[in-house]
Amino acid sequence: MLQANIFNYSLTDLEETARKLRRHVITMITAAGSGHPGGSLSAADIITALYFKVMRHNPKDPQWQDRDRFILSKGHAAPVLYAALAESGYFPVEELKTLRKLDSCLQGHTDRNLTPGVEMSAGSLGMGLSFAIGVALAARLDTKTYRTYVLLGDGECDEGQIWEAALSAAHFKLDNITAIIDRNGIQLTDWTRNVMNLEPLSQKWQAFGWHVIEIDGHDFRQILTALEEAMTIKTRPAVIIAHTTKGKGVSFMENKAAFHGKAPTPEEAERALKELE
Amino acid sequence: MNEAAPREIYGKTLVSLGRQNPDIVVLDADLSPSTMTHYFAREFPQRFFDCGLAEQNMMGIAAGLAASGKIPFASTFAVFASCRCFDQVRICLSQTKLNVKIVATHGGISVGEDGTSHQAIEDLALYCALPGFTVIVPADAVETAAAVKVAAATYGPFYIRLGRPKIPIIYPESYPFTIGKAVTMRRGKDVTIIATGIMVAKALEASNSLAKQGIECRVVNMSTIKPLDEEAIISAASETGAIVVAEEHLAQGGLGSRVAMTSSKERPVPMEFVNLGERYAVSGKSSELLQRYGLTDREIAKAVKKAIERK
Repeated sequence: MLQANIFNYSLTDLEETARKLRRHVITMITAAGSGHPGGSLSAADIITALYFKVMRHNPKDPQWQDRDRFILSKGHAAPVLYAALAESGYFPVEELKTLRKLDSCLQGHTDRNLTPGVEMSAGSLGMGLSFAIGVALAARLDTKTYRTYVLLGDGECDEGQIWEAALSAAHFKLDNITAIIDRNGIQLTDWTRNVMNLEPLSQKWQAFGWHVIEIDGHDFRQILTALEEAMTIKTRPAVIIAHTTKGKGVSFMENKAAFHGKAPTPEEAERALKELE
Repeated sequence: MNEAAPREIYGKTLVSLGRQNPDIVVLDADLSPSTMTHYFAREFPQRFFDCGLAEQNMMGIAAGLAASGKIPFASTFAVFASCRCFDQVRICLSQTKLNVKIVATHGGISVGEDGTSHQAIEDLALYCALPGFTVIVPADAVETAAAVKVAAATYGPFYIRLGRPKIPIIYPESYPFTIGKAVTMRRGKDVTIIATGIMVAKALEASNSLAKQGIECRVVNMSTIKPLDEEAIISAASETGAIVVAEEHLAQGGLGSRVAMTSSKERPVPMEFVNLGERYAVSGKSSELLQRYGLTDREIAKAVKKAIERK
């Protein structure tokens, strides 16, 4: 049985891997001609830390019963998850260029029945945390020690179901869940503060009974420390509010709502890939 | 005739399933004394999850449990189990085909006094629209117990609709339920009444009075609305030449629409429909409402005569 992450990368390796995932994101979405680069780029470091340092998972056995689970609730960030799964070895890296194409196993939004390693289908926002609660309750019933991670978007927190789930995870005292909010501050049309103000976000989660950790979601030391801290919390769930930059790593995409759901042109992709070398 | 409330039997069946299979878990949305999941909650508190008044969250939790090897039964009133969380059911259960059993109680207008907000009469249309779902409306308590057991043993998402009131028991204890298999309750050559849920007993009453007038009705209990027993419909059409469909549902999207689709494609015959048409009901006693909105043996008999005239 695996006791630790099979990659266990160093900080330098993690940083290099995150850059690689970002390059995949740009290449995939450009080839597809559509997709959501901004939210994949903001989540790249969090996902890299989980797959290449923290989670116990086995790409050769995606259904391994004791694996830690990662649930992507913000389903439009599917490209960065696919990139992490491919680089982990769940399927060949060449598959990535089939994103969004007919008969590809890589759907526009995640589909648990088509992609090895994808735990849950998503795309309609607000649903992943509820699913994670079910997975975490099953762990408790089966006295299993796997941990359930769920990545939420900040815009996604507009959905009422997130707060239903937040209430119930605390009510069920699920200390085997770590939620991570990709707090990039931008949703489809504009800054979250202009579309639907979420602040004070940290106090909201605290008031709902969660242990809250706030970090810079692009600093691997902080990400790893926060994920460690979350594991030590007992009798309540933990949420990491990871402050990130939408479009992180590509200067002309950073903090641009326009790149929430728009593919780069081939010229833009070329510039982006140069910046991500 | 003996009577029993299907939801009561549902609650007790869950307990016996729970004793046999430790993977059975139950979720409810603050309605367990009404849906009767409280029996299970009492015996297996560790395996019972009250999700509070949060049906969307409940369906997601059920999906997570199912993805982890559990067999979740999720219960609430049929109005909430259908309309309140349709997108969650669509994405998390239909598109994933996860092994969740939704058993919704207080379906139809026979819920009575709570009124229009609480009367689920669109639920069959919604659930029948979802690929992968099996949709069942048992006709009595015996069929309820059997359907719940079969659902527990059959992988995939289920929607089972039960009513609130006690209804006549029409099957012997030994009745074997098969998914997707209609049951001929009475033989007849002049017309076929295809009914589901509480309308099955009423169809039998109608056929008894029609027999005295020399009209021999075949009565078919179509308890599985999806997948539909198309063979039973085709043989009803070819052998009796006319069909009446009776259900406690709006006109669109329920059993009537589904039977008509099969019949029109395979063997078109005159059809008549007994249902709620295109309207919501009001508060009142269950029996008063069924009377007021035409869900009666008399309306079925009228429809039978109309269908036969059109042959």
